[in-house]
Amino acid sequence: MLDIKNLKASVGDKEILRGISLSVGKGEVHAIMGPNGSGKSTLAQVLAGNPAFEVTGGSVTYAGRDLLELAPEERAQAGIFLAFQYPVEIPGVTNAYFLRSAYNEIRKARGEEEVDPMEFVGIVEEKLKLVDMDADMLNRSVNMGFSGGEKKRNEILQLAVLEPKLAILDETDSGLDIDAMRTVADGVNKLRDKNRSFIVVTHYQRLLNYIVPDHVHVLSQGRIVKSGGKQLALELEEKGYDWLVGAHVAAGGSASSGQPVLSRA
Amino acid sequence: MSSQIDSLIAREYAAGFVTDIEQDTLPPGLNEDVVREISRLKNEPPFMLEWRLKAYRRWLTMKEPHWPNVKYPPIDYQGASYFSAPRKKTPLGSLEEVDPEILKTYEKLGIPLLEQKRLAGVAVDAIFDSVSVGTTMREELAKHGIVFCSFGEAVHSHPELVEKYLGSVVPYSDNFFAALNSAVFSDGSFCYIPKGVRSPMELSTYFRINAADTGQFERTLIVADEGAYVSYLEGCTAPKRDTNQLHAAVVELVALKGATVKYSTVQNWYAGDKEGKGGIYNFVTKRGKAFENAKISWTQVETGSAITWKYPSVILQGDNSTGEFYSVAVVNNKQQADTGTKMIHVGKNTKSTIVSKGISAGQGNNSYRGRVFVSPKADGARNYTQCDSMLVGNRCGAHTFPYIEVANKNSIVEHEASTSKIGEDQIFYLKQRGLSAEQAVSMIVSGFCKEVFKELPMEFALEAQQLLGITLEGSVG
Repeated sequence: MLDIKNLKASVGDKEILRGISLSVGKGEVHAIMGPNGSGKSTLAQVLAGNPAFEVTGGSVTYAGRDLLELAPEERAQAGIFLAFQYPVEIPGVTNAYFLRSAYNEIRKARGEEEVDPMEFVGIVEEKLKLVDMDADMLNRSVNMGFSGGEKKRNEILQLAVLEPKLAILDETDSGLDIDAMRTVADGVNKLRDKNRSFIVVTHYQRLLNYIVPDHVHVLSQGRIVKSGGKQLALELEEKGYDWLVGAHVAAGGSASSGQPVLSRA
Repeated sequence: MSSQIDSLIAREYAAGFVTDIEQDTLPPGLNEDVVREISRLKNEPPFMLEWRLKAYRRWLTMKEPHWPNVKYPPIDYQGASYFSAPRKKTPLGSLEEVDPEILKTYEKLGIPLLEQKRLAGVAVDAIFDSVSVGTTMREELAKHGIVFCSFGEAVHSHPELVEKYLGSVVPYSDNFFAALNSAVFSDGSFCYIPKGVRSPMELSTYFRINAADTGQFERTLIVADEGAYVSYLEGCTAPKRDTNQLHAAVVELVALKGATVKYSTVQNWYAGDKEGKGGIYNFVTKRGKAFENAKISWTQVETGSAITWKYPSVILQGDNSTGEFYSVAVVNNKQQADTGTKMIHVGKNTKSTIVSKGISAGQGNNSYRGRVFVSPKADGARNYTQCDSMLVGNRCGAHTFPYIEVANKNSIVEHEASTSKIGEDQIFYLKQRGLSAEQAVSMIVSGFCKEVFKELPMEFALEAQQLLGITLEGSVG
């Protein structure tokens, strides 16, 4: 379903992905782990088509199509969903209106009828339960004044409504306490399906206790340095990243150092 | 970095067509004879001619204002024609006999005038090149004692009301453009709501400029008698021409004791092309006077014109009167806008609210200019101003010029301002959810303008939102 070959990408002069190859089959859950600055989030952003990153080499085939040729909205319409590490705030636009607009765009792309606001209420109410959210958040502006946990749950709500074929979760656990993480993970687990693949990007192993992956890949300096089954994550928990990537990258660094994060202008 | 938010390509201006009809147009130039001729052509009573002449003489002594934050080449006031009207005369009140080309024009603009196709619940006065060509729903309104007709007609049918209120809010000496308008205005809308009457429908004026090389001068006068209520809408469009045309209108609102006047504008004059060629110079004076317990509310959505220069204002004359100003002003390409309001607190316990949303895209330049004045006697006066600017791209400008003068110690004046920029991250977020760049910008901007849109009547709000989308179309790459 997704075939990444020798993918290279950079920001400005700085090369961040230095040849990534990865195949994700239908219904599989792949975890991408690695220390700060290893390129995990960049991989997620590049797959979603963020123009802040330039693809300098390699290829990505998605459901038989050349993914790199598609605009971000075309990728979304083709069933790729990115749960953002830092969900963006949009003042004055209600969550309900935003969700319904997105839902309708994706339906249109599939050749389906758009739904009106009344119909949509019925659809979204079901999904709210998955992430344990109240209906009143539908009338709040998109992510405005949401707590960290609410923002992440809102991402999973969107995932549930838009029903993608490939969902990429970018550090969905970051900034969440254990209860909030469990709620989010429960939501994701309910959305696992034999026709839906996941790429779960995370720094810590703890999320993978709840969302159990089929495959684990470790990224370092823009390359996959090790792949394995779910036990690899446990091994990392125990030993850290040093034994795989060398002490020079594992030392220090705050949660976002070196991570290419879009600026809020 | 502006990889997405890039050069600006505005979509075709849908209202930019020209109607081919015979017109009577005075030769270019302005002098006392032209003023007399306009008054004669309109068969006006002597008080009108006198007033026009006083205005003209005053205008000669005045200078064009250059304090607004806009730039344009000098206007040749002798180069324009000051009167243009469709040749075919229409008997008053018989819309069926209006030139079919003109009816077609309004239909194309989505404003059908003939009975069978009329907009439900809205009465329209259609102004074509400064002359009223027809007013709908008159019989229905007359049942309530409401007078709604062209200004030219009101001068004959209700001279006492015109004489009493004309210039009572915007005197002919008020400013350069108001003086010019007072001297040469050819028509406009007149509306009177009697004591205690609530207008059963929205009243509206639809301005259409058609002729080339003519200045456009209309005058709207709305009088709401004690306890009356009226909601008034104004729309405007013009053909695409590559010369600039001057539009200098005056709108006067009078809200007597306990009356409410709500005036909404969706301004979509031709804005000129991408290079800034052509477009309307919209130099307009709008002001209302609110007497005791009265309320005047201005809502404007300004998307058109090459240059916009207007400050819909309220004189809070009576105690406990209320003034409101809700504005969305959008500039794209090379448009310039210097717009805002004045709230003049004279009476005690007067209240005013200003919410201004300025959006700048392309190389557009947007200025908010507002004056809040509290007179020494205005005990308990209260003003709240919120002034937000949004930038789309890196080549546009947003400016805020608030003037606050408070001469009373028992009053409260608040001013809040913010400037934000549509972020690449916001656009990418929405695109990742399946929306196009244009839908994304439109959604972000609509959210930004929400507080103003909710003040507009329903149908108008939808139109405004669409117009905003069209104006900003192409503002992201």
